[in-house]
Amino acid sequence: MNQMTSVEKNVNTQDIKISASGVQVYYGDTHAIKDVDVEIEDKTVTAFIGPSGCGKSTFLRCLNRMNDTIDVCRVEGTILLDNEDIYDRKVDPVQLRAKVGMVFQKPNPFPKSIYDNVAYGPRIHGLFKNKADLDNIVESALRRAAIWNEVKDRLNAPGTGLSGGQQQRLCIARAVATEPEVLLMDEPCSALDPIATAQVEELIDELRTNYSVVIVTHSMQQAARVSQKTAFFHLGNLVEFGETGQIFTNPEDPRTESYITGRIG
Amino acid sequence: MTDLTNSPAAGVPRPKHGTLLTQDARTAKRNAAEKRFQMYGMIAIGIGLLMLLVLVFTIVRNGAGAFQQTFITLDVQLLEDKLDKNGNRDIEEISKVSTFGYSPLISQALEDKIASANVQTELSGKQLGDILSKSAAATLRDFVLQNPELIGTSVSFEFLASSRVDGYLKGRVTRDSIANDKNISVEQLDVVDQLVESGSIKKTFNLSFITGADASDQRPESAGIGVAMVGSLFMMLVVLALALPIGVAASIYLEEFAPKNWITDIIEVNISNLAAVPSIVFGILGLAVFINYMHLPMSAPLVGGLVLTLMTLPTIIISTRASLKAVPPSIRDAALGVGASKMQSVFHHVLPLAAPGILTGTIIGLAQALGETAPLLLIGMVGFIASNAPDSVASGLLSPNSAMPAQIYEWAKRADPAFYERAWGGIIILLLFLITMNTVAVILRRRFERRW
Repeated sequence: MNQMTSVEKNVNTQDIKISASGVQVYYGDTHAIKDVDVEIEDKTVTAFIGPSGCGKSTFLRCLNRMNDTIDVCRVEGTILLDNEDIYDRKVDPVQLRAKVGMVFQKPNPFPKSIYDNVAYGPRIHGLFKNKADLDNIVESALRRAAIWNEVKDRLNAPGTGLSGGQQQRLCIARAVATEPEVLLMDEPCSALDPIATAQVEELIDELRTNYSVVIVTHSMQQAARVSQKTAFFHLGNLVEFGETGQIFTNPEDPRTESYITGRIG
Repeated sequence: MTDLTNSPAAGVPRPKHGTLLTQDARTAKRNAAEKRFQMYGMIAIGIGLLMLLVLVFTIVRNGAGAFQQTFITLDVQLLEDKLDKNGNRDIEEISKVSTFGYSPLISQALEDKIASANVQTELSGKQLGDILSKSAAATLRDFVLQNPELIGTSVSFEFLASSRVDGYLKGRVTRDSIANDKNISVEQLDVVDQLVESGSIKKTFNLSFITGADASDQRPESAGIGVAMVGSLFMMLVVLALALPIGVAASIYLEEFAPKNWITDIIEVNISNLAAVPSIVFGILGLAVFINYMHLPMSAPLVGGLVLTLMTLPTIIISTRASLKAVPPSIRDAALGVGASKMQSVFHHVLPLAAPGILTGTIIGLAQALGETAPLLLIGMVGFIASNAPDSVASGLLSPNSAMPAQIYEWAKRADPAFYERAWGGIIILLLFLITMNTVAVILRRRFERRW
C-alpha cells in the first residue's frame, strides 16, 4: 500500500528486504525495545542512531537472531525477511545467519590465518567445489572488503597480526564471503582511527550495490555520510524513520532534533 | 569555568604544602608502612624457600642411598653333579634343584674368595653366608635356569650383600650400633672390611631399585619400586582415558550449552564442593561401590584408576571451565555471525583456544592423582608383588598391583631402617615423575598458547 506512493515519490526506492512490525524485546524484566516497526530496503544503507542504551544494537541483533544466545532475552512481534518470518519455529538461526551476515563493534578475527578467516564461512556452508574455487571466493571477498592488496602476499599470516582497521576490513571480508543478502554492522568504526574509518565507510558505500546494509553508529556524521535511510531510537522506541537527508535537516520529532543538535544523548 | 578562576580571589587561603624536598610526617609514615610490608613479604618468601631447601636436602640425603647398593663379587663353580646329575641339561630336571641345592655352592665360593683374598677370620659356613643377601641362592638359581649351558663352568657373579653390610658401607650401620643386632656381628664386619679392601665388595648404581619388585621384610636389599611404577602407570592410563573425555565433555556442556537455571547452579556448587572432598572419602566410596557392590577385584589398577578418576574429575572440570570462560566472547560471536552452529563455534574456535588450559589442568589433576595414597589404601592397592614386571601378575588392569605412593607408605611402615631408606628413594622417584609432568604442562601451555 505504501509501495505505490513511495515509487511515485522516489525512483531510487528499492524492494523491502526486511520488514519488522510490533517488535518487543525483553531482557528479563527490562523492556528494551518497545513496539518497533521498520522496513529495511534492499541495496540501501540504513543507519540506526540514538544515544547509548537506546536499543539500536539490540534491535540490530534481532535481525539475525544473535539475541538467541542470551538466555534472558525474549523477542515478540514479527520480523519478515523476504516475507518469511525469521522467528518462525521452523527457521534454523544458522541458515538465517548465513543469509544475514554481521560485523561487530570490535574487530574479532579468528586467531587463524587471514585465508582461513575468510574461508571459514564458505567451508562450513559448503559453498565451493574445489580448492581453486575456494581461492577465488577468498580473493573476491578480500577484494570487496578493499583489503586484498594489503594482504595478498601474506594470506597465511595470522589475522590477529593486522592493524585494527585491517582487522575490521578482514571481518567484513569474512562476512561477505558467505554471500549474505543483508549485512548488519554494529558500530563497525568505533574502534578505528579516522583513516581506517574513511576506508570502511567507502567500503560500505560500495557494498550497497550488492547488499542491504544496516549500520548502527554513534557518529551522526557517519550516518549522514553513508546512509540513505536513518532510524532514530530513543529509550527503546523508534522515534523517527525516514530519508537520511530529511532526518538530519528537517526532523519531524522534537526528540530527534534535540539529539542531532546535541542537546540529548 | 568562571567558578575556578574566581575562587582564589574570594580570599580562601591556599593550603600550605610546604617544601617538596623533605617528607612530611604522613608521607614518612606511609612509606615506612610500605617498606615494612615489603619486608614481611620477603621474609615470607625467604621462609618458604628455606623450607623447600631443607625438604629437598633431606629427601636427597636420605633417599640417595637407595640408588646405590652393595654387591659382593664371587666366582661360583656351577658343579654339574650338584645341579644336573644326569648331565643332559634338561630344564625340567634342573628346575627340581631348589635354592637349598645352590646355597652350598655359594658358601664354597665365599670361602674360596676369603681364602684367595687372605682374609683372617674364624668365621665359617653359615655365619659367613650372612653377609650375603638371603636372596642370593634364588638369584643364582634364576640365572642358571636361564643359562643352563653354563653348568659345569665357573661364573663370576655379583651377589647382593645383606642390608646390614649395605648399611655398614653407607654409614647407616656402625660397629657401635650393632651391639644388640642379631643379624650381624663385629667379626662379620671385619671380614667385610677386608673384602672391601680387596675389591670384592663394591657399592654400585642400583638399577633393580628402579625396575624391581617389592621384597619381603627379611631382605630389604632387593626391594624395588618398578612394579609399583607399572601399577601407577596403569592407574594413570585409566584416569586419563576416563577423566579427560568425561571432564571435558561435562565442562563444555555446562559452560556452553546448558541453560542457566537452578539445576545447573546446584551442579556447579556441587562440583566445586567435590574438589574439596578429602580423598579418603573417595577411597571408601570406591571400596563400597566398585569392590563390594560391583565385585571388581581388589588391588586392581582398574579400581584404583576409577577411584582416582572420581577424585580428579572436579579438578579437570573446574580448570576446563575456567579456560573455556577465558576465551573472549567475541570469538563465539564471530563464529555465530558467519553462520556457524553452536557446536561448530565451540569445536572450531573455542576449544582450540582453551586447549592449553585444559591440558594444563588435566596434567595437574593427573599429578595430584599420581601422588594420592589414602584412597589406594582403602581399596587395597598395596599388593605385595614379589616378581618383576614383565612376567609377574602385575601385568594387567585387573591383576593385583601396588602404586608408588602406597609402596612408599608400605616401606615407611616397616621396621628395618633399610626400608626407610628405600621409602625416601621412592619419594625421589615420585617427585621426579611429578616434576616431569608439571614441566610437560608448562611446555604445552607455552607451545599452544595463542594471543588475540
